[in-house]
Amino acid sequence: MKRPRFRRPAFPRPDLRRPEFRRPSLRALASGLRARLVVAFLLVAALSALTTAGLTFREARTAILKRTQDTAVSALRSQVNSQIPDYSFPPSQQKLLELTHGLTRAGEAQHWIIHVRYEDHPMVPAADVKAVIPQGLRQKVRNGIAAFQRMDIDGNAWLAIGLPVTYADTGRPSGLEVYAQMPLREDEINVRALVQAAQSGAVPGVALAAVPALIAARGVLRPVRELRRATRKIAAGELDTRLKVTGRDELADLSRTFNDMAEALEENVAELRRMEANSRRFAADVSHELRTPLAAMTAVVDVLDDDAGSLDPDTAYAVRLISEETGKLARMVEDLMEISRFDAGAAALHLDEVDVAETVRKTLQARGWQDEVAVDLPEGVRARLDPRRIDVVVANLVGNALKHGGGPVGVAVRVAEGKAPGAAGERLLIEIADRGRGIDPEVLPHVFERFFKADSARARSEGSGLGLAITLENVRLHDGTVRAANRPEGGAVFTVDLPLRHCGGEEG
Amino acid sequence: MSRVLLIEDDRAVREAVLLTLRRRGHEVEGAATGEAGLSAMETFRPDLVLLDLMLPDKSGFEVCRRIRATQQIPIIMLTARGDDIDVVLGLEAGADDYIVKPARGEVLEARIRAVLRRAAPGDGGPDPAASQPVETHGDLSIDRKGLLVAKHGQDLPLAPSEMKLLLYLSATPGRVFSRQQLLEHVWEHSYHGDARLVDACVMRLRTKVEDSTRSPKYIQTVRGFGYRFGPL
Repeated sequence: MKRPRFRRPAFPRPDLRRPEFRRPSLRALASGLRARLVVAFLLVAALSALTTAGLTFREARTAILKRTQDTAVSALRSQVNSQIPDYSFPPSQQKLLELTHGLTRAGEAQHWIIHVRYEDHPMVPAADVKAVIPQGLRQKVRNGIAAFQRMDIDGNAWLAIGLPVTYADTGRPSGLEVYAQMPLREDEINVRALVQAAQSGAVPGVALAAVPALIAARGVLRPVRELRRATRKIAAGELDTRLKVTGRDELADLSRTFNDMAEALEENVAELRRMEANSRRFAADVSHELRTPLAAMTAVVDVLDDDAGSLDPDTAYAVRLISEETGKLARMVEDLMEISRFDAGAAALHLDEVDVAETVRKTLQARGWQDEVAVDLPEGVRARLDPRRIDVVVANLVGNALKHGGGPVGVAVRVAEGKAPGAAGERLLIEIADRGRGIDPEVLPHVFERFFKADSARARSEGSGLGLAITLENVRLHDGTVRAANRPEGGAVFTVDLPLRHCGGEEG
Repeated sequence: MSRVLLIEDDRAVREAVLLTLRRRGHEVEGAATGEAGLSAMETFRPDLVLLDLMLPDKSGFEVCRRIRATQQIPIIMLTARGDDIDVVLGLEAGADDYIVKPARGEVLEARIRAVLRRAAPGDGGPDPAASQPVETHGDLSIDRKGLLVAKHGQDLPLAPSEMKLLLYLSATPGRVFSRQQLLEHVWEHSYHGDARLVDACVMRLRTKVEDSTRSPKYIQTVRGFGYRFGPL
């Protein structure tokens, strides 16, 4: 028949941290995926262009030089053939000199320098043989083989040709050797032009490669960007975020995996919320069910108290115990129900503009604490509050200070200008301080937790263990905060920090 | 003492409350349903009704309205704390006060006494004008001794809380009272009582005494402070 009713089954959502959006810095941009992709692309393009150019260059150079060599060798051979036949062997030194002159003249176009020698006679014209004709070449010519060799003189490329003269009829070496050296300068220029061409082709080629590189990077990065956006949404608590999967590549796989993850996450969170809601509901239901029998019991404890005096001592003791514990049980159930209402978001704030000093004073009076508590209450401070809830807040904190702290307990009301973000404007501060031993710093962050007991040795306190938790909820309902701290001069201080709201008309 | 009718469906609660009230010298009668309660109104003729709001057959609000339609006797709702909507609806239906369950016998007794006291004559505002038997304020004439309020000569049926609030406010026209002050003096609640009692009572009173509830002439709101009577 009597069902607990929750009008707003809105369970407080965990405070999800919203990731900040960071504008990418230049450095981040440089080390970004896009830059890396483009650079890699360009490197590949440059490498392939260089390799192609290098290979082409080598082939072309070989071809050019070979042609030069062939031309020179055949030119020398034909000159030698045309000038040698009328020679008699062994030739005189004079004859050899004439031959060199004849050959040099004939090879004007090739710019060659001719040396000849007969058998082991010195070179004509005289020269340092070792310096001008490489050893390997001389050896080959000595063995009757025509040969040529490329060499480097003072950084310039030269071609050295050696030609043994043989008898036309028998093919036997005559002992006469003709050597020619010629610069490869022009060929060098040709080769250099080739390198130039390769360079001028490769640079624009590499530059052009940047365009497809950017396009490819864009294509790869779009899904990555989508993924980032979706991840950010999930982090912000939008667990129903899903990605659109297109294609069958690795990024599509990643998107699919992301969607699976999001779904699993959503299910888990929903399950957790459901379980949490169920357990809270259970607590609310239990306390609600307990309340009806408690209402009956509470109504008759007066009868027990009145008549206990006329009973025998044991029965009287039992009766008084039941009476006392019934009261505690009723308070505990009330506190549980109050917490359940906060959890269900069903706690309403009934604001009324009141005199703060008066409100605090009446709270102390109603509980007979006015002589135990030193007050510092400035007159004339008016604020829009829910007086019943502030009464609970002050009563719980003062009660707590009297019970667990040490006298004298002080209550001070101050008005201050809030500076903290989210707490700007005028603030109403209510401070409840005691002179006890203070609160263990390790325990300090937990004092507002439900059923938290600072002293584990104390099996059961007077209260329900929910007093400070209810205090916190009541303050939060006023958009305020409550802090616990130890004072440097000793003792604990609880500070209730509320926005100081003024006249807003009738309460809604 | 007084005759108290308790309408409460839970047997244990009903018998416990009846037991404690009987021991405190009240003549009591219990009813388990709204219908039984309404018929007991005729046969038992109580001075005061204690009404549980969640009843099996007929809601407590409906019972409250039915009683108010014919009688202006004190009605106290029994509610569960935090069932805020119930409190508001009950007050709108015409209840004078409410008690949160579970409540000790002494709390029940104190509230019953307070409600009955305010209906008794001769205990008006802070400064009862005994010299003048009938005061006239605009169209309203207030007879403090006879506890009669008439508008244009027509008697107004005012519930006990409405009557006492009007008498209290009109005793010092123009003076502003905060909701908390009114709760303390009219309802004899603690300072931290529920201001909705005052607001609901003001609303009901206005529908009876004002020409237009939107621009009230007699019971005026002073934003941020409370209410005052007039000035006309």
